[in-house]
Amino acid sequence: MFAFIIRRLIQAVFVVVVISILAFAIKQSVGDPVRAITAQSVSAEEREAFRDQLGLNDPIIVQYLRFAKSALHGDLGNSFFYQRPAVDVILSKAPATIELVIVASLLIIGLSIPMGVFSAIYPNSFFSRLLMGASIVGVSIPVFLTAIMMVFLFSVKLGWLPSFGRGELVDLGGWKTGMLTLDGWKHLVMPSVALSSTLLPLFIRLIRSEMMEILESEYVKYAWAKGLTRKRIWFVHAFKNTLLPVITVGGVQLGILIAFTILTETVFQWQGLGFLFMEAVERADASLLVAYLMFVGIVMVGVNTVVDIVYGMVNPTIRITGVK
Amino acid sequence: MRRRIDNFKNSYLWYSFKKDKIAIICLIILISLVAMAVFAPLIAPYNPYDSANIDVMNSEIPPVWIEGGDPGFILGTDNQGRDLLSTMIYGMRISLLIGIGAVLLQSVMGISIGLISGYFGGRIDSFFMRMADVQLSFSYLMIAIFFTAVLQAAVGVGRFGEIAVPFLILVIGFAQWPQYARTVRASVLAEKNKEYVEAARVAGFGAGRIMWGHIFPNTLSPILVLSTLQVAEAVMSEAALSFLGLGMPISKPSLGSLINSGFEYIFSGSWWITIFPGIILIVLLLSINLLGDFLRDVLNPKLYKG
Amino acid sequence: MSSLLEVKDLVIKFGLRTGDVTATTGVNFTLEKGQRLGLVGESGAGKSVTGFSIIGLISKPGFVADGHILFHGEDLTNASPSRIREIRGNKISMIFQDPMMTLNPVLTIGTQMTETLLAHNPKMTKKQAMEKCLEKLQKVHIPSPEQRLKQYPHEFSGGMRQRIIIAIALLTDPEIIIADEPTTALDVTIQAEIMDLIIELCETDDMGLILITHDLAVVAQVTENIAVMYAGRVVEKGRTEDVVQNPQHPYTQGLIKALPEGSKGSNRLNQIPGMIPTLTNIPTGCAFHPRCPHVMDVCTKYEPALIKVQGMDTESACVLSSMRETGGKDGK
Repeated sequence: MFAFIIRRLIQAVFVVVVISILAFAIKQSVGDPVRAITAQSVSAEEREAFRDQLGLNDPIIVQYLRFAKSALHGDLGNSFFYQRPAVDVILSKAPATIELVIVASLLIIGLSIPMGVFSAIYPNSFFSRLLMGASIVGVSIPVFLTAIMMVFLFSVKLGWLPSFGRGELVDLGGWKTGMLTLDGWKHLVMPSVALSSTLLPLFIRLIRSEMMEILESEYVKYAWAKGLTRKRIWFVHAFKNTLLPVITVGGVQLGILIAFTILTETVFQWQGLGFLFMEAVERADASLLVAYLMFVGIVMVGVNTVVDIVYGMVNPTIRITGVK
Repeated sequence: MRRRIDNFKNSYLWYSFKKDKIAIICLIILISLVAMAVFAPLIAPYNPYDSANIDVMNSEIPPVWIEGGDPGFILGTDNQGRDLLSTMIYGMRISLLIGIGAVLLQSVMGISIGLISGYFGGRIDSFFMRMADVQLSFSYLMIAIFFTAVLQAAVGVGRFGEIAVPFLILVIGFAQWPQYARTVRASVLAEKNKEYVEAARVAGFGAGRIMWGHIFPNTLSPILVLSTLQVAEAVMSEAALSFLGLGMPISKPSLGSLINSGFEYIFSGSWWITIFPGIILIVLLLSINLLGDFLRDVLNPKLYKG
Repeated sequence: MSSLLEVKDLVIKFGLRTGDVTATTGVNFTLEKGQRLGLVGESGAGKSVTGFSIIGLISKPGFVADGHILFHGEDLTNASPSRIREIRGNKISMIFQDPMMTLNPVLTIGTQMTETLLAHNPKMTKKQAMEKCLEKLQKVHIPSPEQRLKQYPHEFSGGMRQRIIIAIALLTDPEIIIADEPTTALDVTIQAEIMDLIIELCETDDMGLILITHDLAVVAQVTENIAVMYAGRVVEKGRTEDVVQNPQHPYTQGLIKALPEGSKGSNRLNQIPGMIPTLTNIPTGCAFHPRCPHVMDVCTKYEPALIKVQGMDTESACVLSSMRETGGKDGK
């Protein structure tokens, strides 16, 4: 198991290095750092001198290593718009996105497991058919349209829920949370439901098809022959095996939620990372783009690594090969 | 040709299709939508790209059945005074063009890589599959958003608008090749050791001939199913990018950019600018997805075990 | 006193969209305490489905359409699901065909063993269950059972897994064990070992055994009674010794001829011409007539009943046998 974790971690580090190269390339191609620091009126010679001073005329590898070194120290340069370290800006906006993703993930997991399991056990029931139909419709509605329709219905037409922002926040030592006030929750409802609507249908279908396949397996048939109760067969024998593929696919998918936060946050003007990212794109704020890429990349790699390790712990076959 | 038609008429696919009302309806809807897109200049009442037809005074006219509507603009006008119906038809044309273009690109890329990986195996295989793994572990949407964002930031919004169509095809196509590569590779591995491939090898055919002439035709069913679903994905990705302002410019809008441009107006009551393109987009995606689902149920032997 | 198990006129059908298809019809046999019965036939003959029907586990579209399954005189075909659950895995245990597929890959052997005991003895503690598991594992000759209980199925070889499955079958001290091709999936060298183990355990505990197999040679060695099935029907039934030495039905004769003489090894039954019919396409009259070397006109029209052959304990469902009964003169 230990060797397995180490191997996984090395792989994760490798991917992070690739991301950092990508980030470096972006930094090179977007925005001129000299412009970010100096005024327009500076002469060409002065600029050139400045470039030398900044090391911009060094070989590309030297520049990358310098970039990587400061990145390791948590320095990804200053945001040209905010005029403070990009990492700080990212960290100050991160709680909003993290809260949104957590609530959406809980919604997805909490709803898809019972629904998927039910429709696998009773595939021909009315409810299961309804669920399968609804899930195709769900897959076909882009997340931003779900969000817009919700805004149109619940904010514009009915006036029940606020359409933008995070509402009243409570500062917990730098972590501004909306989860401690009623107003904060009201603001959280629509964005999190919209965000979860992207993956919920996929999860239900995934759990259902995996579980249906396992219910047909020999070992489930054998479990019946042992005279076990239905509950034990469904929830211990079948469900535990269903979890294995669901963890791998599902874990990756939950990382993908981050991409959808960009869309959701844009619709609801949710002051999180996705919103920040789109602002940075409009302002060509290179350092912020780079910081966002690094942050999201590391989070995704982290999620994938954790998922793989959890999978290794749940799956006895891998646990043993890991020991060897 | 005639034989082929007869073969098709006797096939399980056609038999199931005739019995599936949903699939029939979806195909009809899809064909009409595609026809509308293809023949947009003939069907649309106005040409939305022609500034002579556009009058800002006509902006935000509601659909004809609502008070203040104008019979000249059946579905009303958008915030720039363009006829919404015409703009939507032209928008769908662009959405479908990018969607299909992206799928063509990714299928060529993915199928080639999948065939090569599956057929040769070894290092080439593990290299490509590792790459696919890494790319799949990031969302393709994330990758597409990032590349378009960087390009837009690098070249500026104005220039970006001119190269948007080919660039979107490229980005969306590139972001999704792993699905194809994996699917094709899996089929190749299943086919590779069958007798007919062995026979072709013994007969002295080259790798290329065996791959494309012998193995490839046997991977067509999964490719057909995947392509259908991928067109929906690509159209959806394009809509998402355009909605974010990273895709088609508003002067030449796709459905996504139209939805984006109308979004702020739903608060002032002009909901139709966003909602109508939204509905068309959903109908388009839903009919493609339902057809894809039908094909998967019928063609996929893994699901078709009853 | 009623028999341990009595299967009477059992008819199993599969409900398909195009209509019901008959899988077995009129299956009859009896099993007494401590007896061993072999159900023999090619795959598709309906022997497995018959075995599964006893514990109420016919796979999906299948159902018992008619007949009775009497366990100590209690009819299991109309018993409540909870009553059947009490019996299956408890009074009647099963051994499956492929030990590589039978055990759940994500649960330890200990869990998969104790859960059986706990399901049938709610009052038993985990500790008691563990002790019982150890005892049974020793009985099937598994070394260092304490450690083995903590392991997962993939850490065992096929033969070991089948031993564990036998141990699970024994846990509840059942009265009947139904073994569905218990050695087919194993290496030839291990097959005999496992078979010997099953017989040994049946003898020491006086358990009834229903051995479902296509392998006539195994049945000949192991069981006292035999029922030969073809296309969902019992075509010959009797004491194993009699049937093997003096088969009455042409199908059984064919099976025995197909055995490589003197060897116990692999037995491919491909010496009977033709294929076993599919359920949707069963020939009229005697289902075996298209493959029968002695086919007569009458065989295509009337389905012969299973009747006692004169002067023997064997029953056979063939016109030839009934001709013999009436002296072979006017068999029509």
